[in-house]
Amino acid sequence: MNSATLVVRDVTKVFDLGAVQVHALRGVTLSIDRGEFVAVMGTSGSGKSTLMNILGCLDLPSAGAYLLEGIPVDQLGRNALATIRNEKIGFVFQGFNLLPRTTALENVELPLLYDRRHRIAAPSSAAEAALVRVGLGDRLDHLPNQLSGGQQQRVAIARALVTAPAIILADEPTGNLDSRTTLEVLAVFQQLNREGMTIVIVTHEPEVARYTSRIVELRDGLVQRDLPVPLPGDAAADLAATRQRVPA
Amino acid sequence: MKWSKLIHVAVQSIARNKMRTLLTMLGIIIGVGSVITMVALGEGSSRDIERQVASLGTNLVMVRAGSSQVGGARGGAGSLINLSMSDVQSLRSGATQLQGVSPEIRVTAQIIAGAQNWNTSVTGVAPEYLSIRNYQVKSGYSFGEREVRTRAKVALLGETVVRELFPGEDPIGAAIRIRNVPFRVIGVLAPKGQSAFGTDQDDIILAPSTTVLYRLGDGKTVRAIVASASSSEQMADAKEEIGTILREAHRIPADGADDFHINDQSEINQMATRITGTLTLLLSAIAAVSLLVGGIGIMNIMLVSVTERTREIGIRLAIGARPVDILAQFLVEAAILSLLGGIIGIAAGLGSAWGIGSLLGISVVVNPIVIIVAVLFTGAVGIFFGFYPARKAANLNPIDALRYE
Repeated sequence: MNSATLVVRDVTKVFDLGAVQVHALRGVTLSIDRGEFVAVMGTSGSGKSTLMNILGCLDLPSAGAYLLEGIPVDQLGRNALATIRNEKIGFVFQGFNLLPRTTALENVELPLLYDRRHRIAAPSSAAEAALVRVGLGDRLDHLPNQLSGGQQQRVAIARALVTAPAIILADEPTGNLDSRTTLEVLAVFQQLNREGMTIVIVTHEPEVARYTSRIVELRDGLVQRDLPVPLPGDAAADLAATRQRVPA
Repeated sequence: MKWSKLIHVAVQSIARNKMRTLLTMLGIIIGVGSVITMVALGEGSSRDIERQVASLGTNLVMVRAGSSQVGGARGGAGSLINLSMSDVQSLRSGATQLQGVSPEIRVTAQIIAGAQNWNTSVTGVAPEYLSIRNYQVKSGYSFGEREVRTRAKVALLGETVVRELFPGEDPIGAAIRIRNVPFRVIGVLAPKGQSAFGTDQDDIILAPSTTVLYRLGDGKTVRAIVASASSSEQMADAKEEIGTILREAHRIPADGADDFHINDQSEINQMATRITGTLTLLLSAIAAVSLLVGGIGIMNIMLVSVTERTREIGIRLAIGARPVDILAQFLVEAAILSLLGGIIGIAAGLGSAWGIGSLLGISVVVNPIVIIVAVLFTGAVGIFFGFYPARKAANLNPIDALRYE
């Protein structure tokens, strides 16, 4: 076994809409190693959302192979996929997707409720630790509507973290945020990545992608470019610089 | 997911929409409530009937003289004078299924006690009569075989007679005159109230059979003989035995018709059973309809809830809930909704049964089995009607659910 966290080989995805067949992915091959921070870019219709759904085990490829930590995911049934999602994948969505009227701590605990193998012994202390890691140790009992957009997204990141997944998948995680909050969230991602977390974010903004270490660009369902970022930005430093420019 | 967590989540989501929850449960509450009310009152009133039937006498068998026929005109039951003290004797000595036998010799007379007078019937009976008819002596004492043998002029008074003849006085030892024959009051009977047929069972004077027959009556007419069977199971045997003995005593040939009638309370019991049966059927119909309506209400609101929470379902599926987890979550929610309605319905039903019962003077009988069945049934209704919405939730595609606006 190599060190790749996930391997995608010749993956295609065809949506049968009755009259027409939409080829969302036409043969994507991709390998992401442990500890990488990858941006998947592409215009709308490039297939990046479809690829994201497949990587996140929310959808299965029409053809091709997908190995997640060596497990041939494309062969699994619904319940086994649910277990994979629970144990190996942490999702961060564009719209935060926190449960309303539920405290930050309970939101973060949520994946552990479905942890059938009880890999994590003390759910609430694990959830608290995850919130501390994203800098929200003092917001445990806040409801989502009492938190700013950036804070909500950090709760979502904590929820993705709490199961100690193999990979965090973030779908346009800064799409709803202003530029300053975007830096805030990216700084959290960079910090987690430095601590060893493998992260894939889907974005169409080059401004966001330049803080990652590798950019995979999709076009018409194929990988068009796959290049490392020569000099990734430092979101925390840029955030500090913005604070200096705008005196409080 | 753990049960405790499932229940916690369900309760949270139910508590979030209090008004909606209450309205949804209303169907179940009304259904269960009305059934509990009716069952409690129904069992109460059938127990009341039983008690009244029992007050007529324990396992009572009644023999009345047959009808006479003079020319073509037939007299009513009892018009024939063919029961006698010797029949009582042959039943006493010959019957094995009977616990007590007593004649009932009845004369109606004007009773005088001091300045008061009252018209009532005086019944001549054997000492066993009290136990056969479930009378009890409240004060004083009853008469025995000796008084019967000596035709003693002693009397036991019912409560009503005491009230009319001795207002505010103790009648024990006092003298009364029946058809100008002086009697001494030796005891007062405990009140029994009205019979199932509305007659006052306390407007009565009991005296030794021989005294009434020979001192007040015509010395031969025994209108009826009452007896009690050893047990309710032996009623049929007892009736048959009485028939055999009396036919023999009256020398009726094998192909001849009885010249007497034997009655018991089985008809009253049958009627009570029939009423209870009809009531039960009616209740079951009400219960079925209201639980059906309540169940549909639950299904409706669960479908609304699933649609409202499509995004939440998407999130749960994305972070690792299996379809069966989602199914369980919504089933538990539906079951709790229904159970809660059932429990409120039981409380409301017991409350209204108690209220109506005390208003109409009907006993209220709370049968724990009915309560347990109601609880189990409402839970089952919730699961049954919650299944379709829950399955709909469980089968959602996580990608679509996450995108749902």
